[in-house]
Amino acid sequence: MAETEERATAPHTPGHAGSHPSAREYVRIGLILAVLTGLEVTASYLDVSGAILIPTLYVLSIIKFLLVVMWFMHLKFDDRRYSRFFVMGLAGAATLYLIVLISFRVFGG
Amino acid sequence: MADVAAPAQQHDEHQTTTGLPNTKLAMWVFLASECLLFGALISAYVLYRGRDETGPFPSDVFDIPYTSVSSFVLLASSLTMVLALAAAQKLDVQRMRLWLLTTALLGMSFVGGQVYEFTLFHEEGLAIDTNLFGTTFYTLTGFHGVHVTVGILMLLSLVGMSIAQRLPPDAAFPVEMVGLYWHFVDIVWIVIFTVVYLIPTPAPGG
Amino acid sequence: MATLETVAGRERGVLRRPTASTGLLSWFTTVDHKKIGIMYGLAAMVFFLVGGLEALLIRAQLAGPDGQLLNADQYNQVFTMHGITMVFLFVMPMSAAFFNYMIPLMIGARDVAFPRLNAFSFWAFTAGALFLYSSFFLGGAPNGGWFGYAPNSTTDPTPGMTFYALGLLITGISSTVGAVNLAITVINMRAPGMSLFRMPVFVWMGLVVQLLLVFALPIITVALFEMLFDRRWGTHFFDPTVGGEPLLWQHMFWLFGHPEVYILILPAFGIISEILPVFSRKPLFGYQFVVFSGIAIGFIGFGVWAHHMFAAGLGPVANTAFGVSTAIIGVPTGVKIFNWMATMYRGDIRFHTPMMYAIGAVAMFVIGGLSGVTHAIVPSDYQQTDTYYIVAHFHYVIFGGGVFAFFGALYYWWPKVFARKLGEGIGKLQFWILFVGFNLTFGPMHILGLYGMIRRTYTYPESLGLTFWNQVATLGAFLIALSVLVFLVNAVLTQLKEKGLADEDPWDARTLEWTTSCPPPHYNFEEIPRVRALDEFWHRKYVEDERSGRLVPAQAGASEEDHEGGHGIHLPGPSFWPLVAAAGLPIVAYGALYSWWLVGAGVIVLLVGLYGWALEPSVAEE
Repeated sequence: MAETEERATAPHTPGHAGSHPSAREYVRIGLILAVLTGLEVTASYLDVSGAILIPTLYVLSIIKFLLVVMWFMHLKFDDRRYSRFFVMGLAGAATLYLIVLISFRVFGG
Repeated sequence: MADVAAPAQQHDEHQTTTGLPNTKLAMWVFLASECLLFGALISAYVLYRGRDETGPFPSDVFDIPYTSVSSFVLLASSLTMVLALAAAQKLDVQRMRLWLLTTALLGMSFVGGQVYEFTLFHEEGLAIDTNLFGTTFYTLTGFHGVHVTVGILMLLSLVGMSIAQRLPPDAAFPVEMVGLYWHFVDIVWIVIFTVVYLIPTPAPGG
Repeated sequence: MATLETVAGRERGVLRRPTASTGLLSWFTTVDHKKIGIMYGLAAMVFFLVGGLEALLIRAQLAGPDGQLLNADQYNQVFTMHGITMVFLFVMPMSAAFFNYMIPLMIGARDVAFPRLNAFSFWAFTAGALFLYSSFFLGGAPNGGWFGYAPNSTTDPTPGMTFYALGLLITGISSTVGAVNLAITVINMRAPGMSLFRMPVFVWMGLVVQLLLVFALPIITVALFEMLFDRRWGTHFFDPTVGGEPLLWQHMFWLFGHPEVYILILPAFGIISEILPVFSRKPLFGYQFVVFSGIAIGFIGFGVWAHHMFAAGLGPVANTAFGVSTAIIGVPTGVKIFNWMATMYRGDIRFHTPMMYAIGAVAMFVIGGLSGVTHAIVPSDYQQTDTYYIVAHFHYVIFGGGVFAFFGALYYWWPKVFARKLGEGIGKLQFWILFVGFNLTFGPMHILGLYGMIRRTYTYPESLGLTFWNQVATLGAFLIALSVLVFLVNAVLTQLKEKGLADEDPWDARTLEWTTSCPPPHYNFEEIPRVRALDEFWHRKYVEDERSGRLVPAQAGASEEDHEGGHGIHLPGPSFWPLVAAAGLPIVAYGALYSWWLVGAGVIVLLVGLYGWALEPSVAEE
C-alpha cells in the first residue's frame, strides 16, 4: 500500500523494515476506517436477521482492528517479535474467554 | 543535557540483545496483557447480555447516531496521532505539537461525549447498580474511558515537555510509545462499539 | 579499561536528586537490583514468620476437637490471611528476591531493564502488604478464604474482603510491573554470546514466570474490581438474585489462580536446576528438555483451571476436558524429575545443606505431584475436593517443593550476597528438623482427608475420630516452627561473623554470578563478560584433558576473549520518585473504603510521583 515513501530524516527506531507509510497513506487509511464505520452503523439499521448481521459486523470490525494494528501501530512493518507478543495476548484472551462463555452456554449449548 | 547526542530511545548506550529497544518491547508486552484485561470485561458484558428481567435495556437508552459520532472522533484521533508521529520523525516539532494537541482534544471530546451519554442514561434510570446491563456496561466503558483519560494526560504531557525543551530533539520515540498506547485504546473501542452498541441485544426473556 | 562514571547528583528536576549509596536512607531511594532483591527477601521472610504464626494458630485450634482458641469468625480471618500471606506476601516476593538479585548477574548485565520501575514494584508490594494487614485494625481481616468465592465474599458485611480486593489489586500492580521489567531484562540485556539456550535454567524459569504473570494478572485484576464494585457500589457481577453468576468469579479466579501456582513453583524448579549440577559436579542432564518442559508447564498451565471446579457443576464435557489437560501437565513435570535424577546419577555428590534441600524439594514435590495426579481423575477428585487431602497436596508441592528449594537457595547464595557462609552443622540440623516436622504436619492430612475431614472449618467433633492425626499434625507444625527458629539463629550468628570469604567461589559453581566478588560491586561486572557456552563459568575454570578426557583446571588468568572491552559504566542514579508514586496507591485504596477525597489525594500523590519520575533523567548527570 505504501507506494510513495517519504524518508524520515530522524534515526529510525530499530526494528523497522525501513519503509514508513506516508502521511497520504495514513489519511487514506483513516478514510477507509471512517467508511467501514459508516457501513457498520448502516448495517445495524437494516432489517436483516441476526445470522447475517452479526457476522457482518464482526468482519467489518475485525478489518478496522487490523488496519489500525498493522498500519497505525506499524506491526506490518516492524520486527516480527512485537507481533508475536501481541498475538500471544490477543489469542490467549480470545481462547480463554471463549471457553468460559461456552461453559456458560452463551452460544446455546 | 549530557546525553542529548545519544539515541533518543534509551539511556543505555549498549546494544540490546535483540536489537529492539527495551521500552518498545515492554510496551507491546504490556499491550498484550491489556488484551486479557479488556477481554475479561467484554466477556462479562457478553455473558450477561439479554439476561436482565428488568430494564432499562440497551434499546431503551442507546443513541446509535450519537455514539457513532463519538466513534468517528476516536478513529480520527488515531489518524492525528500517527500524523504527529510522522511529523516527529521529520523533526517538525511545531507540527508534532499541533497534531498531538489535536489528538488530545479529540480524545477529550470523546470522553466528554461519553460522560454526557452516561448522564443521559442515568436520567433514564440506568445506574451501575440497576441491573446486569448497567453493571457490565458502565464498568466496561468506564475502564475504557479511564484508559483514554490516561492517554490524554500522556499526550498533553508530551506537548508540555516538548515546549519546555524536556524532550530530546528527536522526539519520535516517546511519541511512538504514547501512540502505541493510544491506538490500542482505539482498537478496544472498535470492539466495544460493535459488540456493545451495534450487535443487537435479544429481547428480555427471549 | 572500564571507567566508572560517578553518579553524583546535582540540583536538577523538581527536587534535588538523592546521591547516597550507603546508609539507611539509601535503601529507600535505591534502584540497584541487588539492594531491591535483599529488601524483597527480608520482607518475604517477615511475612513467612507472620504467615507461620497464623499457621500455628490454626494448628493449635485444630489440635483437638471443639477447639476454643479461635471462634469461627476469627478462624476464618486467620486461615484466609495465612493463605494470602504465604502465596502473595511470602512465596512471590521471595521469588522476586532471587530473580532480582541473581538474574542480571547470571546474564552478565549491570542491572534490570527499568531500575526505577523495579524500585516502584518493591514499594508498591510493601504498600499493598501493609494495607492488607491494616485490616486487622480496621474492622476485620479478609475472611473469605484466599480464593474469595462469591457470593459469600461479595455479601459479607465486614470490611475484610474489601481489603482483600484492594490489597491484592495493589500487589497485582507491583507484580505486573515487575514482570514486564524482568521479562524485558532476560530478553534484551544478556551479555554478548549468551543465546537463549546458554542461559541458566533459573533464568529460563524466570522468563516463563514473568510471562505467566503478565498474562494471568489482568484476569484477577478485573475479577477483583468486579468484587470490589459488587461490595461497594451495588453492582451485580456475581449476584444470583438478578441473574449474576457466582461461578464467573470462580472461573476468573482460577484462570489466574492456576497459572499462579506455576508461578509459585517454577522458580523453585529453577533453583533446583542450579543446585543439583553444582553439587553433583555434573552438568544438568537434558538441559533442553528441562527448559522446554518449563515452557510447556507454563503454557498448559493456562488450560487446566477448571480442575479446581470439578464439583461446581460444569458438566461432564468440561470436567473430562479439564481432567485430560490436568493429566497431561504431569508429563513435563515428570520430565524434569527424571532429568534431575539423571543429573545426580554417577555424579560426585557433595551433601552440603543446599544440596540436601534441593534433593528434599524434589522428593517432597514428587509426593505432592502424586496426590495431584489423583486429583486429575474427576471421580476420585469428587471424594478429595474440599477435604484435607487437597490441603496435603498443595502443601507438599508449595512447601515441600517450593519452600525447601528456597531454603536451598538461601544456603547456596548466602555467601554471594553476604560474604559469609551459613553454618553447615546448624544448617543440616535445621534441614532434618524441618524435614521431620514438615512430613509430620502434612503427611497425616492425606489420611484426614480420606477420612472425610473437610477444609476451612474451625473445629470438628470428637466423634469423627479425627483427633489423633490432627494432634500429630499440630506437633509437626511446632517442629517446623522450631526449624525456622534454628534458621534464624543460624542467620544471625552468621551475620555476626566477620565479613569476607576465603574463597569467593565457595561451591565451585557453574554460572556467571559466581565470577563476581562476594558481594558483587555496585556495577556487577568490571567488564561485561563474553559468553561462549552454557555454564560459562565452569568452562572457564575447567577444560577436558585431551588424552584422559577428564576435567582439569584451565589456564589461570582471564583471556582476551572473556570480556567485551572497556565501556564507560553508566548506572542509573538513586531516586525517591518510585517510592512517592507507590505511596499513592494505598491512599487511593483507603479512599475507596472511606472517602472520595482520599481517592483524589492518592491520585495526586501518584501523579506527582510519576511526573517527578518522568522528568528526572534515568542516569544522574555529573
